[in-house]
Amino acid sequence: MAEQAPSNDQEIIRLEDARKIYQMGTEQVKALAGVTVSFKKGGFSAIMGPSGSGKSTMMNILGCLDRLTSGSYYLAGQDVSRLDDDSLSEFRLRYLGFIFQSFNLIPQLTVQRNIELPLYYLGWDARDSENKARELADQVGLGDRLGHRPTELSGGQMQRVAIARALANDPQVIFADEPTGNLDSATGEQILELLVKLNELGKTIIIVTHEPIIAERTQSRLHMLDGLIDRIEGNSNETN
Amino acid sequence: MRQTRIARNIWLGIENLLLHKLRSFLTMLGVVFGVGSVVAMLSVGEGASKEALEQIRKLGSNNIIISSMKSAEEEAASTQHSHRAMSIYGLTYEDYRRVASSFKDIQRAAPVKLTRKDSRLRERALELRIVGTTPEWSELVPRDIVAGRVLLQADLDKQAPVTVLTEFGARKILATESTIGQTVRLGGDQFEVVGIVKSESGQAGNIQIPDQDVDAYIPIEVARRYFGDIFTKRTSSGDEREKVELHQMIVQVDDPKKVEAVAAGIERMLEQFHKKKDYVVSVPLALLKQAEAMKRRFNIVLGSIAGISLLVGGIGIMNIMLASVTERTREIGIRRAIGAKRRQIVYQFLIETVVLSTMGGLIGLGVGGLIPLLITYFSGMITMMTLKGILVPLLISMTIGILFGLYPAVHAAKVDPIVALRHE
Ligand SMILES: Nc1ncnc2c1ncn2[C@@H]1O[C@H](COP(=O)(O)OP(=O)(O)O)[C@@H](O)[C@H]1O
Ligand SMILES: [Mg+2]
Repeated sequence: MAEQAPSNDQEIIRLEDARKIYQMGTEQVKALAGVTVSFKKGGFSAIMGPSGSGKSTMMNILGCLDRLTSGSYYLAGQDVSRLDDDSLSEFRLRYLGFIFQSFNLIPQLTVQRNIELPLYYLGWDARDSENKARELADQVGLGDRLGHRPTELSGGQMQRVAIARALANDPQVIFADEPTGNLDSATGEQILELLVKLNELGKTIIIVTHEPIIAERTQSRLHMLDGLIDRIEGNSNETN
Repeated sequence: MRQTRIARNIWLGIENLLLHKLRSFLTMLGVVFGVGSVVAMLSVGEGASKEALEQIRKLGSNNIIISSMKSAEEEAASTQHSHRAMSIYGLTYEDYRRVASSFKDIQRAAPVKLTRKDSRLRERALELRIVGTTPEWSELVPRDIVAGRVLLQADLDKQAPVTVLTEFGARKILATESTIGQTVRLGGDQFEVVGIVKSESGQAGNIQIPDQDVDAYIPIEVARRYFGDIFTKRTSSGDEREKVELHQMIVQVDDPKKVEAVAAGIERMLEQFHKKKDYVVSVPLALLKQAEAMKRRFNIVLGSIAGISLLVGGIGIMNIMLASVTERTREIGIRRAIGAKRRQIVYQFLIETVVLSTMGGLIGLGVGGLIPLLITYFSGMITMMTLKGILVPLLISMTIGILFGLYPAVHAAKVDPIVALRHE
């Protein structure tokens, strides 16, 4: 179903002339106005830009939550721009992880159940899921909070749970949309360190952020403006 | 593996419902009452048919029972001047001969002549009902033999003074003494006990069951010779004499479909030969129709309650589930973002609804189980829980869950994850 990517195996993500156009009455809003860009496998990249520049739209497309109006998207060597809803779900489930600004944990589920969620949809049995959840909670430093509910945790702890959950399916790419936006700077720093460590362990990470402190730690920075790429800093390949 | 997964999904559904116990309970109420009504309806219905079948079994399913009965005019006359001579009424030997020989669909028939006599064996005494009849009796009113035998044609031919007692009376009279071959006194005469049979006794619908607990069966000719056709009844206004040849005729038709036609024929025949209506023709099979009619009335009442409750219950569940979907939009978005497919969201919400309605069904089963008990307690009507009476309501409650859960579940699956994740 998916074609071979037209480029080298150094890159995990490639957008070609990607457009996302919203029809607002008679007006067209070009949230993405023809973007061609690729992201390196194992890289740590930031997407930056002013509000309304198309960062979230870009993340939704890259995260297989939304589809392009036109253009192509290759993910891990497969063309995913023409996939149907079920196949996109399958892709998210197997290859992607998400971290959100507002954590997005399910409040009525315990920490353990939140972390297990991707495993549940992957069809893991209860015992394996539990073991994996424990292991991940340890990894993010919350091994003693498995039975707690998200409301009993601090913001930083909630974001750690979200990270553990994002790791549960052993994803190829982790998308983080302003993950430190709701945290104080010290806690934000800890979360950043966690992400840096994950990147060192080989995960590709793409992060939307406004904060220069965070941007400094990434290997490439993609600046967006009005649905287009304004400039790229660092070692990502770009054709605009 | 697949089974444990289903069990796990169900458990997850239960967990979610337990988060809002009161809300879940209130949501269930409609289904509780609906299912309760269905359970009650089925058990009343089952009870009614079982009771009717039981009664027919006691009375004989193909039997017609014709009984002598003082006509209304005669009754009125005798109460006015009680010292009047003798009232003559009821079935005659001639009636019996005519009925028994005129209908080709009648398989067998037995005449019955009744009188009550004090019976004794040594110092033990008991008033027995003396039933003069023929061997056909034991085929028309088949009862288990406890000891000895039933009446035989030979007894009739010889006009032998022998008797078959019913178990209850026999135990009173004979006590511990050896039973068969014992001689007892019935009225002024000695009879040899040749057998003991079980009895049913009592009332079935509005028809008297032919046998009683204190019967002594003797050959009809013997009864006629020893006790005659004239009986003295003691009433408050003095002795009353009446002449009755036969108190009953029991007739068996070879095909249940013909029972009512034959009964009507007998009725017409008797009308010709009786100036007054001094007999009554009872058809046990009619009890089944009475029971069916009662069952229908109950079903209409309880069925409408059940239908309305189930509809209201279903709509209530749907309403709450729709609210729940809105409330949990963000959760749905999270699940979708993580990789849940639309149909898995449908499945999740559908399971929750089905669990909710099935729990309502189970509680309804409990409540509905009580209603028949109360009905039995207050009206004496027999009610009965059957496997069908349990499975059908449960199936209905599950179906309600699926039917009214489908729309909210599909609604939930349509949630756009991008919008949902922005949802506050
Ligand atoms: N669902 C939508 N419908 C219409 N316009 C949208 C929608 N989503 C985003 N947009 C528009 O697309 C542009 C880019 O938005 P977005 O990607 O959210 O920017 P950012 O995340 O950089 O602030 C904005 O002008 C926004 O108004
Ligand atoms: Mg944004």
